[in-house]
Amino acid sequence: MVYELEVKDLHVSVDGKQILKGVNFKVKQGEIHAIMGPNGSGKSTLAYTIMGHPRYKINNGEIILNGESIGGLTADKRARKGLFLAFQYPVTVSGVNLTSFLRSSYDSIHSPNGTPGKGGVPFIQFKRTLDQKLNLLQIDPSFTSRYLNEGFSGGEKKKCEILQMAMLEPRIAVLDETDTGLDIDALKVVAEGVNKLAGPDLGVAIITHYQRILRYISPQFVHVMFEGKIVHSGGKELADQLEEKGYGWIKGGA
Amino acid sequence: MTTETKELLNFDYSKYDFKDSTDNYTYKSEKGLSSQVVQDISRMKNEPEWMTRFRLKALEHFDSRPMPNWGGDLSEIDFNNIYYYMKPTDRNSQSWEDVPESIRKTFDRLGIPEAEQKFLSGVGAQYESEVVYHSLLKDLEDKGVVFLDTDSGLRKYPDIFKKYFGTVIPPNDNKFAALNSAVWSGGSFVYVPPGVHVEMPLQAYFRINAANMGQFERTLIIVDEGASVHYIEGCTAPVYSKQSIHSAVVEIIAKKSAKVRYTTIQNWSKDVYNLVTKRAYAYEDAAVEWIDANIGSKLTMKYPSVYLLGPRSRAEVISVAYAGRGRHQDAGAKAVHMAPHTYSRITSKSVSKDGGRTSYRGLLHVAKGAHHVTSHVRCDALLLDEESRTDTYPYVEINDDTATISHEATVGKIGEDQIFYLMSRGLSEVEAYNMIVMGFIEPFTKELPMTYAVEMNRLMALEMSGGVG
Ligand SMILES: Nc1ncnc2c1ncn2[C@@H]1O[C@H](COP(=O)(O)OP(=O)(O)OP(=O)(O)O)[C@@H](O)[C@H]1O
Ligand SMILES: [Mg+2]
Repeated sequence: MVYELEVKDLHVSVDGKQILKGVNFKVKQGEIHAIMGPNGSGKSTLAYTIMGHPRYKINNGEIILNGESIGGLTADKRARKGLFLAFQYPVTVSGVNLTSFLRSSYDSIHSPNGTPGKGGVPFIQFKRTLDQKLNLLQIDPSFTSRYLNEGFSGGEKKKCEILQMAMLEPRIAVLDETDTGLDIDALKVVAEGVNKLAGPDLGVAIITHYQRILRYISPQFVHVMFEGKIVHSGGKELADQLEEKGYGWIKGGA
Repeated sequence: MTTETKELLNFDYSKYDFKDSTDNYTYKSEKGLSSQVVQDISRMKNEPEWMTRFRLKALEHFDSRPMPNWGGDLSEIDFNNIYYYMKPTDRNSQSWEDVPESIRKTFDRLGIPEAEQKFLSGVGAQYESEVVYHSLLKDLEDKGVVFLDTDSGLRKYPDIFKKYFGTVIPPNDNKFAALNSAVWSGGSFVYVPPGVHVEMPLQAYFRINAANMGQFERTLIIVDEGASVHYIEGCTAPVYSKQSIHSAVVEIIAKKSAKVRYTTIQNWSKDVYNLVTKRAYAYEDAAVEWIDANIGSKLTMKYPSVYLLGPRSRAEVISVAYAGRGRHQDAGAKAVHMAPHTYSRITSKSVSKDGGRTSYRGLLHVAKGAHHVTSHVRCDALLLDEESRTDTYPYVEINDDTATISHEATVGKIGEDQIFYLMSRGLSEVEAYNMIVMGFIEPFTKELPMTYAVEMNRLMALEMSGGVG
């Protein structure tokens, strides 16, 4: 079965303020989408809502995964169904080292009997996977003994998000500005990481402001968000046009 | 990680929730406190005259002092409704096989025998008021290390005992130290000779088992010049319907260049008043560390102290307090700097939930002439809901202006974004809360030996379970 995430006429408000005003969007396993748009246009709101942040209220419309409406599920249930969100601003959890966090998380997602936290996945299997992913993403193993996002540089935080994605092996992942704040080397590492993980089993929606990551990751689809709606969708050439003409062009055209 | 996780998951929580029958007790004092009861206790134990007098004098102090009117609510304690002495068995066994069956069963459930094999260098297990089981590895004995219950310490090492007993915490120090001094029983007596390093921690387990019974253990630890030891006291307690008292006194003497660490995980049942006086003297270049967790009890009032008496001596206090429904943890630390170039660091972490209350109460004192003192105090409180409460009462008395002092206090809540982040990685809401709390107390947990760290996290998870969020 090919996983498909569909967002249908999505209206979302946060703290009483209407932000998404009818978003339509579809991503399938194996596809790479880019979502662009000016600051405040609602990209992160879309990402949070897809993942199930309790502060974001769906007023209208649906989020559908493989025909099932998931808009009422808590974030952990969505994660177990194969959704992943790489955060624009990853959250710090002091005193929790990355290994034990990944262990709990991995166990929750990959427990064969679907009951997370019951030690379903042997530690050896976890450790082997972790070593392999660290190697794949060229991350120093000593990194995993640090506390979750505490004192991480901007680039380290983003790498850590990609490492989590690698460990959890989602079917559909939304990457919210994973390229922001990265120097050119880090950008390459992260982009290569995404490319290594992408493939027939993973559908990706990359939220970005910049053309430069699209030099390394080639999206088949580009969407432009503006004032709570997707106002343009097209192929890779749309990104080039944006680069050239800026968002003013969208405003005019919308 | 692997064994830790596995142990976490297979853990039988019921062990925190049991009690044995009290039929086997060979002696139970009358309820209530009087000079007759105190004399009976002393006579039962065949104590020397000076100890009997010490006890009676302490009783006078106790009677003449008012109840403290600060800290927590002590008004419900009825001193006449408490047994002050109980003796479960006449034997004080040297080997495990000699320990009576009913008591062994209890220790089995506490996991002591296996633990002993692997991790312990000696076990002093206090069952009720009397230490019934003691073992000491041969090489410790050969090094001249003494690890006995306190009653045996008094019998076998009368000179050294008399020299130090009651010198760090005199009976008139406070009302509860006076109470303990009058009716004390059990506890540990430790002496480490000069230059001897005890590699493995010495461990003792304490339990309260009879309803309305007071437990008044008394611990005296003397670490001679250049020696070092780590003493661990772990408490698990069954649940009762009636209140009881635990009022211990722990005295530590760290001589020149000695190192002492004293670790406690206190988990009294939720009806126990835990009123403990712990104090250490640190002489020149000595280092004393109190690692102290208070999870259970109805009310805890405990402020481990270090008196820095010699130049360059150091004190470290790392504590955790958890207060659930109906509980009040009034805990903290005291650093009293009496000598130059002394150093103290106090780290306090507290978690309140379901209307529980934590208070940090700390004293930092720098005496005149104690120049170039450094002290860092940090207290972080975590409130898990709106009904819970936390306060800080820092007392600072600086009489020398060369001191370098820092004090930081934070009060935090668990943010929705933190929970969402963890849940987006597959953790349930409860697991997410637990993980954040474990992380919060990690500065404490990382100081514990592995098995205790696992136990600590289990206890916290157990305490937190039910009604999170
Ligand atoms: N709690 C809130 N209360 C009110 N307005 C909010 C709240 N959270 C977000 N918004 C508003 O919603 C709009 C969309 O925000 P969002 O973070 O989704 O934008 P974005 O497209 O991700 O922007 P950026 O490119 O800067 O990351 C913004 O105008 C923002 O100020
Ligand atoms: Mg954003």
